[in-house]
Amino acid sequence: MLEGARDGLPIGLGYFAVAFSLGIAARGYGFTPLQGFISSLFTYASAGQYMGFSLYAVNGSLLQLIVLTIIINLRYILMGFALNQRMPAGTSVKRRVLVGTCITDEIFGATISRQSAPTPYYTFGALFTAVPMWALGTAIGIGMGNILPGRIVSALGVALFGMFLATIIPASKKDRRIMFAVIASFVLSYIAATAPIVSELSEGTRTIILTIGISAAFAALLPVKEGDAS
Amino acid sequence: MRANIYIYIFVMAFATWCMRVIPSLIMKKPIENKFAKSFLHYVPYVTLAVMTFPAIVQATDQPLAGLVAFIAGILAAWCGVSLIGVASICCISVLIIEYIMTLL
Repeated sequence: MLEGARDGLPIGLGYFAVAFSLGIAARGYGFTPLQGFISSLFTYASAGQYMGFSLYAVNGSLLQLIVLTIIINLRYILMGFALNQRMPAGTSVKRRVLVGTCITDEIFGATISRQSAPTPYYTFGALFTAVPMWALGTAIGIGMGNILPGRIVSALGVALFGMFLATIIPASKKDRRIMFAVIASFVLSYIAATAPIVSELSEGTRTIILTIGISAAFAALLPVKEGDAS
Repeated sequence: MRANIYIYIFVMAFATWCMRVIPSLIMKKPIENKFAKSFLHYVPYVTLAVMTFPAIVQATDQPLAGLVAFIAGILAAWCGVSLIGVASICCISVLIIEYIMTLL
């Protein structure tokens, strides 16, 4: 739990900055600080919330909300399978659900970077530290708009990516196959973000398409052998 | 017709939570199929890599600052710096580069 809380702190700092900009957007869509706080506390999904807020502003229906939430957050299903794959057979459903409940891009990254099987203690330590800062950032963003100096917001915005790098680079150093997959991901993601047509898809959609495509290609070309640590 | 905002917020939170726990409800033990196993072996790293670049370059006011943070982060992580250490190095690189650029 303490380890989770320790790793949750940098996650939370990054969240605060991102949530702040989400809050500024939510303010424009007519959300109050309390409404923003509650949404962030219970949803804790950046792209998904941004979609939800903007949909509410254009009178979107609940059905539209559900469909778009599923599409935007499809990556959570992949992350859920990846986390469950690392839990031994016989792990109770309750324990699996508790770990799944904590999935965010960043907590998933931090959990994966540990060698041991995911435990709810670790993930909840991270969740309870990081998510209140996410909720607070949203509320303050809505309530106060732009009070933090732009340069600080800009710098805090890369904290999350730094954590992603701290997860994928050491794994690449150890496993050549992962290194190739990571390099391919950087290159193809850059192409997808700049190429015509594809770049008009939302970031969430591009992430899911690229993740499935690249992972499947590598699974076919460089399969993991029996006995390899996963 | 637009639903009450709190019902709307509840539906958003609940639908998101379902996405997180569906795999936990389906999977009882690690998958043995070689392709599926290999696929899941790559997924975490591929998805994090895809989300990092080029988003890190677009996250900063100056794209150059994001690029420097990206390279500094890779080097630091390669050298075994901790999670919070790498995150801090990325933030500090952005502060420094964006400060230097205001001087130019």
